[in-house]
Amino acid sequence: MQTVFSIAVDALAYGMVLFVISIGLSVTMGLMRVVNLAHGAFAMIGGYIASYAARDLGLGYGFAVLLAVFGTIVIAVPIERLLYRRIYGAPELTQVLMTIGITFCIIGIANYVFGPTLKTVPLPPALQGSVDLGFRSIATHRIFAIGCGLGVAVALWYLIEKTAFGVKLRAAVDNAAMAAALGVRTEIVYAVSFAVAVGLAALGGVVGAELLPVEPYYALRYMVTFLVVVSVGGAGSIPGALVACLLLGGIDTAGRYLVPEFGEFFFYLAVIAIVCVFPRGLAGRAGQ
Amino acid sequence: MATMSDALAGAQGKGRRRGRDLAGLAVILGLAVVGYLLFPNNLALLTRMTAIALLVLSLDLVTGYCGVATLGHAALFGTGAYASGIAAVHFGITDPLLMLACGILGGAVAGLVCGVVILRAHGLPQLVLSIALIHLFHEFANKASSWTGGSDGLAGIAPDPLLGYFEFDLWGRTAYVLGIILLALVFALLRLVVRSPFGMLCRGVKEDPIRIRAMGASPKLALMKMYVISGAVAGAGGALNAISTQVVGLDSLSFTLSAESLVMLVLGGTGSLFGALTGTIVFMFFEDVVSAANPFHWLTMVGALLIAVVLFAPKGLYGTVADLAAGRRRAGR
Repeated sequence: MQTVFSIAVDALAYGMVLFVISIGLSVTMGLMRVVNLAHGAFAMIGGYIASYAARDLGLGYGFAVLLAVFGTIVIAVPIERLLYRRIYGAPELTQVLMTIGITFCIIGIANYVFGPTLKTVPLPPALQGSVDLGFRSIATHRIFAIGCGLGVAVALWYLIEKTAFGVKLRAAVDNAAMAAALGVRTEIVYAVSFAVAVGLAALGGVVGAELLPVEPYYALRYMVTFLVVVSVGGAGSIPGALVACLLLGGIDTAGRYLVPEFGEFFFYLAVIAIVCVFPRGLAGRAGQ
Repeated sequence: MATMSDALAGAQGKGRRRGRDLAGLAVILGLAVVGYLLFPNNLALLTRMTAIALLVLSLDLVTGYCGVATLGHAALFGTGAYASGIAAVHFGITDPLLMLACGILGGAVAGLVCGVVILRAHGLPQLVLSIALIHLFHEFANKASSWTGGSDGLAGIAPDPLLGYFEFDLWGRTAYVLGIILLALVFALLRLVVRSPFGMLCRGVKEDPIRIRAMGASPKLALMKMYVISGAVAGAGGALNAISTQVVGLDSLSFTLSAESLVMLVLGGTGSLFGALTGTIVFMFFEDVVSAANPFHWLTMVGALLIAVVLFAPKGLYGTVADLAAGRRRAGR
């Protein structure tokens, strides 16, 4: 019972962190049709900035998170203008090559600037310790991560489904030429969605620093996990990504608790089974 | 447009293409001699390059000719390596050519398995299936340590002299020559395969599978056959690596190797055997030179190289050069 409960809490927290990071990738992949393998690198940049701000500058946790999100966006937007814009609509392999190149560059630079060691983001006192539920206690940080995931899910759903920007984005995605003819400035729409995606990656990188430690090879190490999550959920779908994150987070965490010696064997076995049964992802739409 | 000019060029192109085949073989052998003369102390690297070139060629068969994107192709290479290694260590098959045969067979079987799984999906899910597969292979080899040596690697491979006469010496000369001959043979065979009606069918599947089905052929069967051929080629590369280094490690079944081979292929240019070779040579030399010159920055430099290729040579190094040459020939006519 104890084990089941800890697995459930850890799986939920892990799944939510995965969700915050990979929902941005799901947006770029499903809506903008870019296979962005550099997504994890932006999460890593966020983690580094937060770690630097909190540890070396001594700023508060909230400030560090804000700085990480906006700092990462400031770094990412020029990259979008200079590099990504040229691969919209390019063949998948070209996009893979370009984004792997960007990932390598970011890893190399991070290694040079911050050194090869693990970086931590110190938690504020409010997030340390644990909350007593009467019959069990949960680490506060886990609850915080779960809350962040839920908040991001609701905010994104509102942004895409209910706001004018969401309408423009969906129009630009369905038919860029027609949307442009109707006066939607697709370049700006793309740039803004890219910035949002990157900002979410950075947020996830900071919030998840306890579960996915920040180090130079972070970008490569978790790249596959994020890609798997998006594909299992169905690119571009928020509910799909949420379900996929919780499912895969659960399988991965349970596997690590119960049969640690098999590593990620069961995780990938489950991935193969899911993708074979749902080739378009759990919430994939036909015709993509 | 392209198909029409291709058809027109077809009749007169036959002779020229045969010339290009011979030229390609001559370039491989010429480069091999140059490499031998320039780096007599570094033959191990050159042999490794040959083995990886086989892997990239094999990847080109499924990615470039059939349009199947995969990030798990090292599964075939690693299975070939382990097959020949296990044959040598556990079954006493130490004749290098027999080991090579074991590797080819193992690679072909792995190709069949991977093909069955990977061809079930398209696009991004396909990519993810291939990633999941390579991790499964890796974990499996790690767990079956009584056969594979687990994370310590499979050591104790001692191949007999080649043809009973040529010892595998400390400098790796024999392994190098074996590798180059193997590469040249495979290259010649693959030129025949990709130009055969079967190769054309595969290209057709890449362009438009629905039309191929309407014409009465089975796209899936064609791709599956190509996957098995590709497995045999990659398995030969793995076996060559096992014979030359006399050890098989888990890294031959790693996601990193898969991703690197895809990078090499796209770097050189997909859909042409020359592109696969170019990409391998350029990437591995670049990596070797840069990591020796500045171990701290080599990853940044490799990344910059990849970005530069996408920006300035979008069809890959060989593809862009070939396009330029074709454009000039057309203009000159």
